[in-house]
Amino acid sequence: MPMQHECTVVYLKRLNPYAYDMMLEAGEMGCMAQPGQFVHIKCGEGNLLRRPISICDAQWDEPDDLLRIVFEVRGEGTAWLAERKEGDKLDVLGPLGRGFEPVGNKVLLVGGGIGVPPMRGCARRLADGIECHAVLGFRDKDHILMVEEFQDFCASVAVTTDDGSYGIHGYVDGQMRALLEKENDFTFILACGPKPMLRSVAKVAEELGVPCQVSMEERMGCGVGACLVCACDMADGTRKHVCKDGPVFDAREVDWNA
Amino acid sequence: MLDMTVSLAGVALKNPVVVASGTFGFGREYGQFFDLSELGGICVKGLTAQRREGNPAPRIAETPMGILNSVGLQNPGVDAFIATELPFLRQFDTKIIANISGNTPEEYGEMCEKLTAAGVDIIEVNISCPNVKAGGLTYGTRPELAAEVTECAKRHAGKTPVMVKLSPNVTDVTEIAKAVEGAGADAVSLINTLRGMRIDVKTRRPILKMNTGGLSGPAVLPVAVRMVWEVAQTVKIPVLGMGGVAKGEDAAQLMLAGASAVAVGTALFADPLAPLRVRDELQQIAVAQGCGKVSDLTGEVKPW
Repeated sequence: MPMQHECTVVYLKRLNPYAYDMMLEAGEMGCMAQPGQFVHIKCGEGNLLRRPISICDAQWDEPDDLLRIVFEVRGEGTAWLAERKEGDKLDVLGPLGRGFEPVGNKVLLVGGGIGVPPMRGCARRLADGIECHAVLGFRDKDHILMVEEFQDFCASVAVTTDDGSYGIHGYVDGQMRALLEKENDFTFILACGPKPMLRSVAKVAEELGVPCQVSMEERMGCGVGACLVCACDMADGTRKHVCKDGPVFDAREVDWNA
Repeated sequence: MLDMTVSLAGVALKNPVVVASGTFGFGREYGQFFDLSELGGICVKGLTAQRREGNPAPRIAETPMGILNSVGLQNPGVDAFIATELPFLRQFDTKIIANISGNTPEEYGEMCEKLTAAGVDIIEVNISCPNVKAGGLTYGTRPELAAEVTECAKRHAGKTPVMVKLSPNVTDVTEIAKAVEGAGADAVSLINTLRGMRIDVKTRRPILKMNTGGLSGPAVLPVAVRMVWEVAQTVKIPVLGMGGVAKGEDAAQLMLAGASAVAVGTALFADPLAPLRVRDELQQIAVAQGCGKVSDLTGEVKPW
């Protein structure tokens, strides 16, 4: 059940030239939140629409639950968010949408760019009892974030950059294919990142027959499923909504040619 | 104690604040944030004879104090609404206003028949959707077609009042208002969205996949106030005013301009509790001005 809460900023840190790490005191929102869900944040009076931000991690705490979000400055709304200070209040709706629901005991986490932080939450939640591996892709070494945090929860962590300035030169799908072909006992793949990356991940998952869930992105309005603007084309010809039916979808459900 | 009840097309609303079609789905989502019985009424997501998937994304673009949308009437169809959504809505003590769009006057008529039989409180005939190819805005920009659709709807709506939703994308909104009044409309609602466009300068692409869409939000409020004022002076039937209402003062402006009730829409996206806040603020304004009932505000603007 989503709620509206006035959250307090616990800290705001810069992770790289583009991304910020923010911890919030979030009332009772944390214990309900699942990795893959998001929060919808009011970013000042000048920006009419809220900004949807993936939940990186959430935990029960006293007196307030803690909710961690990681975001890049993309426009006026996120720029406003990046100017917040410890103790500031934020009007937050959440947790919203459907999160990841992996099955089995060996899961591959694939993150691209600002799609990496929600994978970090998955890793922490799943690490207790499930073997996790991570393949993380970034544009270049300046965009890298949170890699060392994955090492605490994952059996292996591979990092790729598009330009080869850090880690393996190339895209996540090549690295993912190599890992899945080497170890054929993966039970599930979870992925979050830009749509072209998700399309490649879905293709590899389909070819190798491993169930896969992806977290989709779309320009959003209400965030709760009422205004119907964040349409996602489905393979069966219908249009579902990222905010309510997703953001996490079965990779086979999505129309990747749309 | 201020009397908050108002009458719209002969239907008594417990308060003058309803939610606008297309911003509230069928109530389930915002029903998680507040009791829907608090509302004067609910204009449901626009219905069509058949299920529609709507337009491709992106369907929304933010603009200065507004948004553009191009949803394109995505909805499950009138039959599915009656079977699965109306029973849910009927649990609440509020008036249900079914918004309909047709490709032909006959389609409007068929939907009216079904919705009357299902027992909705008011039928809102949408002749002003800017985001569909057939029907939609065409009916709303030509008085004789607007009248034809209204007549057809009235013929099939039985005792259910028919309210016609007008487009602001016309030279003279009063002509359309007069035409639908003459054809038997019980009320009019206005304004629907204003056609607009936003371009990403870097990519030189429009943000919306449909290139253009409908503008709503606080940016359109002055246009809504002006058009409600013009229409209210022209017709005798009641007016449901909407367009950019985010505060009680905005609602009061529309009522002073001549609206019997007001709808809150886009403001919901920023604040799920906006309709209740608007209602409470409107009540405070009416009390402060010494009104005995909130309907005392309607049409009481003092033009220069």
